[in-house]
Amino acid sequence: MTNSDSILEMINVSKTFPGVKALDQVNLTIRKGSIHALMGENGAGKSTLMKILYGLYTPDEGGEILFDGQPFTPKVPIDAIRTGLAMVPQEISPSGNLSVAANFFLGRELRKGFLMDHQAMNKETAKVLDELGIPMKVETLMQDVSVAKAQLLAIATAVSYDAKLIIMDEPTTALTESEVQQLYKIVRKVQERGISIIYISHKLGEVFELSDEVSVIRDGEYIGTKQTSDITKEELINMMVGREMDEMFERERVEIGETLLEVNNLSLPGKFEDISFDVKKGEVFGIAGLVGAGRSEVVEAIFGYKAAQSGDIYLHGKRVEIYKPMDAIKQRIGFVTEDRKLTGLMLNMSVTDNMIMPELGPYIQSGLISDELASHVAEDMKKQLRIKTPTVDTIIDNLSGGNQQKVLIARWLLLEPEVLILDEPTKGIDVGAKAEIYKLIVELARLGKAIIIVSSEMLELLSLSDRIMVMAEGREIGIVDREQATQEVILEMAAGGEVPSEQTIDTSDLRIEGVA
Amino acid sequence: MDSLANKRLAKTNYTEFLNKYGMLIILVLLFVALSLKIDGFASVRNVLSILEQVSMFGIIAIGVTFAIVTGGIDLSGGSIVALASVVGASIVTGSEGYGMTIFAFGAALFVGSVCGLINGSITAYGRIPPFIATLGMMTMARGMAQLFSDGRPVDASSDAFTSIGDGTVFGIPGLVIIYVLVAVVCHVMMSRMTFGRHVFAIGGNVKTARICGVNVEITLVKVYVLAGALAGLAGAMLASRAYAGNPTFGNMWELDAIAAAVIGGTSLAGGVGSVGMCIVGALIIGVMNKGLNMMGVDPYWQQIIKGMIIISAVLLDAQKRKKA
Ligand SMILES: Nc1ncnc2c1ncn2[C@@H]1O[C@H](COP(=O)(O)OP(=O)(O)OP(=O)(O)O)[C@@H](O)[C@H]1O
Ligand SMILES: [Mg+2]
Repeated sequence: MTNSDSILEMINVSKTFPGVKALDQVNLTIRKGSIHALMGENGAGKSTLMKILYGLYTPDEGGEILFDGQPFTPKVPIDAIRTGLAMVPQEISPSGNLSVAANFFLGRELRKGFLMDHQAMNKETAKVLDELGIPMKVETLMQDVSVAKAQLLAIATAVSYDAKLIIMDEPTTALTESEVQQLYKIVRKVQERGISIIYISHKLGEVFELSDEVSVIRDGEYIGTKQTSDITKEELINMMVGREMDEMFERERVEIGETLLEVNNLSLPGKFEDISFDVKKGEVFGIAGLVGAGRSEVVEAIFGYKAAQSGDIYLHGKRVEIYKPMDAIKQRIGFVTEDRKLTGLMLNMSVTDNMIMPELGPYIQSGLISDELASHVAEDMKKQLRIKTPTVDTIIDNLSGGNQQKVLIARWLLLEPEVLILDEPTKGIDVGAKAEIYKLIVELARLGKAIIIVSSEMLELLSLSDRIMVMAEGREIGIVDREQATQEVILEMAAGGEVPSEQTIDTSDLRIEGVA
Repeated sequence: MDSLANKRLAKTNYTEFLNKYGMLIILVLLFVALSLKIDGFASVRNVLSILEQVSMFGIIAIGVTFAIVTGGIDLSGGSIVALASVVGASIVTGSEGYGMTIFAFGAALFVGSVCGLINGSITAYGRIPPFIATLGMMTMARGMAQLFSDGRPVDASSDAFTSIGDGTVFGIPGLVIIYVLVAVVCHVMMSRMTFGRHVFAIGGNVKTARICGVNVEITLVKVYVLAGALAGLAGAMLASRAYAGNPTFGNMWELDAIAAAVIGGTSLAGGVGSVGMCIVGALIIGVMNKGLNMMGVDPYWQQIIKGMIIISAVLLDAQKRKKA
C-alpha cells in the first residue's frame, strides 16, 4: 500500500466539528518533490485537512496518515515540524515587536551560554534568506515588514526547519501581482531543493502556473486528483463546484445616473494627497494601485475610520461631515474592510451579531433587541449568499475564511447602503461565490447605488468597474474609462508617475479619461 | 444547497450543554455535597443568609462583568463600597423616615457613579489601561472613605435605613430582592439592549466595533459608571445591614466580584459573559464561603482553596477555547 515516491498519504481521513462534518473519508497523496494544489469551494475543508496534518486538529477515528511511509499522528505542531512538515497558515501572525531574525528563530533561539546569540541568528537568517533570494533586512522589526515579505519569511522559516513538505494556505490573498511573481520564484526554488509543497488557492491562474498536480475536495469529500497539464480550467471548475461555470465574469451594464458621491481634494499628509473623484448612481468605481499606494487609506477616510485632514465629501450634491464611522453609517455608506481579522470580524460573536452590528435599530421591538427577528434576517442573508454555517447562531470563528468574508459582505448589505465601499471584497472567496458577489454588486448598481471597489486583482477591477482611478504613492495618477482600461495601462500608471507627463496632471479637476 | 457541512450532530449538543451549564451543575453538586455533610446547611435560614451575603458582592460582580466583557476590568468596587457606605451612613445617621433613606441610597449611587465616571473617562479618553485606572481608584476611594470618616465607623442608626438591610418581604430579605431586581435589569441591558450589544462588540474587536459605528468611548464610560454605581449601591446595602458605614468595608470584595464573573465563564479576553452566569459564579463563592466556615476550616486554608477554584475556572475557560 505504501508508495515509495509519495511523501504523504492520507487515507479515509474524517473530521467532525460540533454541528459539522468538515471532512468525510478524504484521500490525498502527495508525490515527493511536487507542487500539489488543493482546491475547493469555501468551507470545503481544505484548511481543516491541513490543520490535521499540522497537529492543530485531531482527526476522527478510522483514518490513516503516512508521512514518508511512516504512520503520522501529530498531536501538536512541533510533532509535525520535527517529522518534516511545516505550514504557512492562512492568516499569518508574526510577533510585530520582534525583528525578522527573531521571528525566524522564534522558539528555537540560538544561545551563547544563557543569553541569546543575536549575531549568530542574524547571520544564519541572512544566509537562508539570501539562498532563497528573499531581499529582507534581518534586523527590521516585523511590524515594518509588508504582508508579502512576512509571507516569504514564513516560507524561509519552513525551509530552515528542514521540512520535506510545506503547506501554504492561500499565500497570495494579500499580495499584489508583482509580489505574487516573487512568491512563485521562491516556491520554485524551494521545490528545486526536493521539498514537496501543498498549495491551497482559489486562484486558477496560480494553480495552472505553479502546480504539477491538483486535488479537489467538495463539501468535505474527496473528488479527485489530476495532473495539472491534463486538465482545463473549465474541467477544474466543474470538479470544484459540480456544475459548468465561466471563469471570466461578463457583467451586464446598467444605466448610470447623476453624481451621488463626490470627493474633493481629500488629503491626509503622509498617506494621500489631493484625491478627487466622483461616483455616479449605478456606477462601479474601481481604485487600483500597488499595496502602499494609499488606496485603503482613501476609502477609510471617506468612511471616517481614519478621517482626512482636509478636503470635502459631497453626497447628492450636499456637503457632508464624516469624522467617524457613525457619520458615514448615518449617510448609508457601507464599508467592507480589507483585513478580515483586524477590522472585520468579532471572532467570538455569532454570525447574526456580526451581521447586524452597524444598525441594531431595525431589530428593536418595544425597546428590546429581538434576537428572533435578527436571526430571521441573518438566515435570509445566509441563503442569499450561500454562507456555509450550521446555524446563524454559530460563533463566526468556526466558519471557513471565505464564509467569514461573506458574512462581512452581508453585514453591509443589510444596511441597504447608498454607497458601498468594498476593499478587497473577494479575498479568499472561491470562484463560484466570487461570481455571485459580482452579480450582487451589479444588482446594487442597478438599484442606483454607488459602488467603490479597491482590489489588487486586476481581472476583478477590469471586469467590474465602469471607471478606474489609479493611485501611486498616495497620489491620484488618473482616472481611466472602462473602454480604455487594460491591464497594461493600469500597471504602467500604478508603477507611479511613469506615465507620459500630459497624463499625470495632478490638478484634480482635470480628469484623465482614457490613457492609452 | 443542502450540504453535509450543514448537518447537525447530536453528540456535540452534549458538549455544548456542558460548556454552557457546567458551572450551574457544579453549583448544585457543591450545594448538595455540603448539605449532606453539614447539618442545617440546606435550611431556609442558612440559604437566605448565603443569598444575603452574595447579594452585595454579587451586585459588584455584575458591574465587573460588564467591564470584563469589554475586555477591561474594574478593581475599584471594594473601595467604592467603603466610600459609599460612609457617605450613606453620614446622611441617615439620626434621621427618621424614608426620605433620608432614599437620599442616602441616592448619594451612595452618585458617589459610586462619579468614581466610575473617572475610571471610564481615564480609560476611554486618556487611553490608560483600565487595570491601572481602576487600581488607582481602588486606592483613592479607600483613602477618601478614610478621610471622610476620620478613619472611624459612621453610625447609620435610622430605623428606615436599617429596615432595608434587616427587613424581609414575604420572608425574602430586602437585600436579596435588590440583588434580583438589579440582576434582571442588568441582564436585559446586557442581552437585549443596544448598549449591551455594543459592550460585546467592543470586547469582541474594538476596531470592528468602531467601524460598525459603535461610540466606543461613550460606551466604555457608561460601563464604568454602571460598575461604579452598582458598587455604590452595594455600599449602601452593607451600611444598612451593618447599621454603620465603615472605611474598612468591602476589603477585597473586588476580588470576589472578579472571581464570581470569571467562574461564571466571563472571558478575560473580552466578548463573552452573561449576568446569569455571573450570578451562578457568585453563588458558588457564597456557598463555598459558608460551607468552609461552617465546617470550621481554617480561614487561611479558605483563602488557599478559593484561590485554587478561581484558577481552575480560568484554566477551564482557556481549555474550552483551545479545544477544536
Ligand atoms: N473549529 C471549528 N469548529 C467548527 N466548525 C469548523 C471549525 N473549523 C472549520 N469548521 C467548519 O468546517 C468546514 C470546513 O472549513 P475549512 O476552514 O476547512 O474550509 P476551507 O476549505 O479552508 O474554506 P476557505 O476556502 O473558505 O478557507 C466549514 O464548514 C467550517 O464551518
Ligand atoms: Mg481555508
